[in-house]
Order: sequence, then C-alpha cells, then structure tokens
Amino acid sequence: MADEVILLDLWASMFGMRTRIALAEKKVKYEYREEDLENKSSLLLEMNPVHKKIPVLIHNGKPVCESLIQVEYIDETWPGETSLLPSDPYQRAHARFWGDFIDKKVNVTARRIWATKGEEKEASSELIEILKTLEAELGDKRYFGGETFGYVDIALIGFYSWFGVYDKFGNISIESECSKLIAWAKRCMQRESVAKALPETEKVTTFISQCLGLE
Amino acid sequence: MANNEEDVKLLGFWASPFSGRVKMALKLKGVSYEYLEQDIVNKSALLLELNPVFKKVPVLVHKGQILAESHLILEYIDQTWKNNPILPQDPYEKAMARFWAKFVDEQVGPVCFKSVVKADKGIEVAIEEAQELITFLEKEVAGKDFFGGKTIGFLDLVAGSMIPFCLARGWEGMGIDMIPEEKFPELNRWIRNLNDIEIVRECIPQREKQIEHMMKVAERIKLA
Repeated sequence: MADEVILLDLWASMFGMRTRIALAEKKVKYEYREEDLENKSSLLLEMNPVHKKIPVLIHNGKPVCESLIQVEYIDETWPGETSLLPSDPYQRAHARFWGDFIDKKVNVTARRIWATKGEEKEASSELIEILKTLEAELGDKRYFGGETFGYVDIALIGFYSWFGVYDKFGNISIESECSKLIAWAKRCMQRESVAKALPETEKVTTFISQCLGLE
Repeated sequence: MANNEEDVKLLGFWASPFSGRVKMALKLKGVSYEYLEQDIVNKSALLLELNPVFKKVPVLVHKGQILAESHLILEYIDQTWKNNPILPQDPYEKAMARFWAKFVDEQVGPVCFKSVVKADKGIEVAIEEAQELITFLEKEVAGKDFFGGKTIGFLDLVAGSMIPFCLARGWEGMGIDMIPEEKFPELNRWIRNLNDIEIVRECIPQREKQIEHMMKVAERIKLA
C-alpha cells in the first residue's frame, strides 16, 4: 500500500520548515496544504485538537503533532540511507537536548523582538546571547552533529529565514555578532532540502511588517 | 556489562516529579546508582558545572557522560538498559507517547497548578480549564491498565510522577477535588493501578511532606 503523507503547514513557520526538510532529506513524497490560521481547516482541528497548531503531519490518516517529534518520527519510519539522529544513545540525547534548548529559548525570545512593544532591546540582546551559546556548541564543526547534516541543524535552520525580522525590529545585526552561525546557515542553505523549505528572508520580513501594519 | 554504583549518579530533588520519574526508570531497569540530593535554591557547584545551560535537576551522569532534561534521560536509560522497555517500538506509538509526555509537562503542569493558584479569572474558570486538559488524558488511558498498556511505560512515568504524586498533593492542600471519580473514572483507576506498583511507591515523595512543599510553591507563585 502506498504511503499517504499530508503536511498541514504555513509557509513562514520555522517549525513547519523542519518537517519539510526532514521529509525532503528522506525523499518522502507528500501533499503540502497551506493553512489559514485565521480560518483553520476542519482537518487541522480534527487532527490536532489539543493545540490546534501547525505543522501537523498526517501519515496514512494518523496525525503526528509537534515539529521535533515529527522529525524523529520521519527518521524512524523512513530509515533509508541517511539518519537524522545519531544511533548512539548518548549522542542522541545530546542532539535532542539542543533541539529542546532551541525550542525552549529561541522562539520565545525572538518573538518578543517584533510581537511585543517595548521589549525589542532586551529581547534582541537575549537572542544574541542564545545564538552565541548555540555558536559555541557548533564550534568548528561543519554541522551541529559533526560532518553530517542532522537533527539540531534541522531544528535551528528555519529561524535563519527570520533573521531579517529580528535584525530589523531589534536593530541588531546577527551576521556581525554571530558570523560562524551565519557561515553554518549558508552551508545548510546549499542543501536542496533546506533551500526549498526556507522562504526568502525579504518575504518573511515584508510579511511581518505587513502584519504589524507598517507596510 | 559491569554496573558499578559509581558508574551512575543522579542529581535530584526529593519533591521534584522530574527527578522522581528518573528514579522510577532506574529502578524499573534494576540499575544501581548513587543519588545526590540537591538544594535547588542554593545550587551546588556540581549542579552548575554539570548543567550550566538550565541549572536544573535531574541530571544523570553515566560513565562520565552528562545528561539533562528528564524526558531525554528516560529515553537514554531505555536505550542503554534494554530490559523492561519503557518506550514502545512502533514509531507511531513512540511519537504519541512523546507527544502526550510533552503535553503533561508543558500544558497540564502549568495550567493545572500555576493557573489554578493564580486564578486570574476566578477559581471556577481555572478549574474548568484545567479539567479540559485532563480530559484529554482521561481519553488516552480509557480501557487500559496503564498508558503503556499492560505494564507501565514512558507516559506512565511522566504523568504518574507529575499528576497523582505532585499536582494532586497541591490540589489536596488547596482543598480542590480536581479529578473526581464520577468525572474521571479512567484516570482514577489508573492512579489505583500505579499505587499497586512497588517501584512507583518507592520513588514518590511522602504525602504530607509533599502537600506542605506544594503549599510553599503556591505561595511563591502568588507572590511572583
């Protein structure tokens, strides 16, 4: 029986980007469905009644919610030639720790730069600290996991398309503060799976500016 | 494979459900370990050295390797000691267990305690919102002895350490009957099943002490 894979998503979601990248890395064919968050589809509400959020991965009618859980599910369901996570239990836990760190820290702080009035300065300096912590974890490695592109890279790379937003509204330059991280991001962007999944930074910045009524 | 006590160390806090679930997992697997009780207010140099990112318990040290975050520690334990498996083998079942475990810690924990203590919109609304979340778990455990099926698994350890032996002590202290039998018969049955498991009983904090502790936590929440 052929696999039926549907992804309910939003083009600008850095979380949805993770799932798109994982599916592409594993060469899984799927149907992409763009959701309107102002007008959520009945399928979205049925498949994610707990959070009512995207992305939702539906595999043969069964939903998997939460982007990093989806990435692991994709890795385990379609093993293929490449693994997104290490097989060693400690290395695996280490990768998942950083994925968890990114989830707990990056978006919560970054959002405050543009979504909350008056917090740009504090939030943007906190974001730089968080990105520097990640940069230290990357070190001189090609990717977070070493030589091969994997889970932690996938967890973080989507935010790269939002750096323009943080730079603009936070009045910072992530490139000058975290040049190693930018170099890593550019390496990731050379991968087809990433290049196809990430929207252009300008498009995201325009979108947010429009949301805030500034353009 | 040698299993010296010195190989495994657990930094924990007696009242923490996150520490408790790791103790349960180690006991389930028959792993001997050295337990180091931590003062979570005046954090030890060791804790800050081993978990500089979050500075929290639990932290597991195994053969010099350091692990933090209870869910990750549980999965590491499951992959390292293969007896009495905690997580299902099937990728979908595994994804579901991880999803619900995240739900318990990130939604149920805060909404069913912190929000109830603060009761910004009044206590009845707070309880109603809390019970809405708990209803999801009621459905998940329906017809099963445990979330894991016939035996306890990952979600039982996470939800078990958090709900009946942590949050429920808080509700008791506040005089709230959050999960009455008539509304949540499946969860109540699950709690009775958990109480029958020796490993669980041995790893939970003493009831009166925990109630007292949760009341102190509630006070801190109100003042914050």
